[in-house]
Amino acid sequence: MQRRSFLQSSAALSLIGLGACATTSVPSKAKVVVIGGGYGGATAAKYVRLLSDHKIDVVLIEPQAAFISCPISNLVLGGSKQIGDITTAYTGLSKNHGVTVVRDTASAIDTARKTVTLAGGASIAYDKLVVSPGVDLMYGSIEGLQQAQAAGQILQAWKAGPETLALRKQLEAMPDGGVYAITIPEAPYRCPPGPYERASVIAGYFKAVKPRSKVLILDANPDVTSKGPLFKKVWAEQYKGIVEYRGQHKATAVDAKAGVVKFDVQEDVKANVLNVLPSMRAGGIAVQTGLNNVANNRWCGVNYQTFESTVARDVFVLGDSIQVAPAMPKSGHMANNHGKVAAAAIVAQLSGWEINPAPMLTNTCYSFVDNKNVIHVASVHEYVAAEKTYKTVAGSGGVSPGPTELEGVYALNWASNIWADTLI
Amino acid sequence: MKIHLSTTALALCALAATSLGHAQTAPAQALYNRSLAATCANCHGTDGRAVAGSSVLPLAGLDRNYFVEQMKAFKSGARPATVMHQISKGYSDAQIDTLAGYFAAQKK
Repeated sequence: MQRRSFLQSSAALSLIGLGACATTSVPSKAKVVVIGGGYGGATAAKYVRLLSDHKIDVVLIEPQAAFISCPISNLVLGGSKQIGDITTAYTGLSKNHGVTVVRDTASAIDTARKTVTLAGGASIAYDKLVVSPGVDLMYGSIEGLQQAQAAGQILQAWKAGPETLALRKQLEAMPDGGVYAITIPEAPYRCPPGPYERASVIAGYFKAVKPRSKVLILDANPDVTSKGPLFKKVWAEQYKGIVEYRGQHKATAVDAKAGVVKFDVQEDVKANVLNVLPSMRAGGIAVQTGLNNVANNRWCGVNYQTFESTVARDVFVLGDSIQVAPAMPKSGHMANNHGKVAAAAIVAQLSGWEINPAPMLTNTCYSFVDNKNVIHVASVHEYVAAEKTYKTVAGSGGVSPGPTELEGVYALNWASNIWADTLI
Repeated sequence: MKIHLSTTALALCALAATSLGHAQTAPAQALYNRSLAATCANCHGTDGRAVAGSSVLPLAGLDRNYFVEQMKAFKSGARPATVMHQISKGYSDAQIDTLAGYFAAQKK
């Protein structure tokens, strides 16, 4: 079964890879260039086309052959989904919306001359640039992690793809009675409830297949950062004796050979499978361009009405790379919404129309607590011009009363619709 | 003289503010409506056209009055929900009316 699913996944990935090889030649200029085909960038590319009635040309630069979703990827770790289930080709953007998808990496941005240079050597001039590179993992913040990661010993799988499959294999190979430990960096990081969802889904897998095993959650934060009471109830009831949560555990070093993670104050922890998440910052190209002007240069400041950088004119930064507004999570749903607000602002600017004075954002984060039952947190955010930021609309939003299978159905529904809204 | 100039400047500012607030051009208004509707697309599909086999109601082509009634029922709690009672409270009556009009005009 294990071998079969691995073969299936590999086949799915290579099929998509072959399809994407037939990319078009790189244009020398475009009205709008988008760097990064994740939830933020792909949505921005599609919506600039939609909102301009397909009049404004868009080039999307993305190194990966296909989009692999971080949301739902924890179910691949739990074994109830395959990597192909969370993979969507980029061909929908080109075929359905006329976006020119260039499979390459942006190696440099010149914000004065308004050009992007690609790793392949080509250069593209832009009128408006969208930078949506996600997060970079700061391996250097934990001693020994860079080498352990490169050797495939201690993984993160915080960007879904080959590492998700590799971590799944580690979990499958772990003996019954073993320990899986996940360390969580201080907030803000990508996907606040993600680590707790992962711990829960893996606990569900252990409970079914190797029930003497343990899940340790080692959190640099003082307490669970998202859906705390809901997750804690699940751990205490559904996963009694399997999941243990420890707050205020800030990882400082790893010893891959010994399977040990060290902390700033607390005692060392030994585990069979270590899943160490370091601190995160704005994606490399944003940092290299100097767009990371906020919070000790970790995140990019933006004008929230348009998502235009506060550093560079005609450059819009989206998704996990930005300095978030209050109560705004670094989530795929939020990045998709950033993409729509930026796309509308770009279309308005290029058309000489008034920019929306009061854009709105929504967010719904579903978390699986096993392979069927789900809890959510939802919010609605409005731009408040007087304060130049987003605020949650009073009385809106909230969390689930508890996990249900019905929300499990809605979570998968959310996934298929947001993937289509972003990419098809 | 100085006072006179300031008064004129203030008057001009007021005029500019009014035209920005109330005299949106038709394409800018259409862009605003479509952008507002796009905040529903994550779960209900682009322009309200949900993917095939979806478990949520596609909003495209939905009767305008029905849309408004359901959103009000979500807001009041009259219609039970898993998440819509929390999301609906984020939209004003005027915004719900705009959304209703936009989705009613979309092809199914």
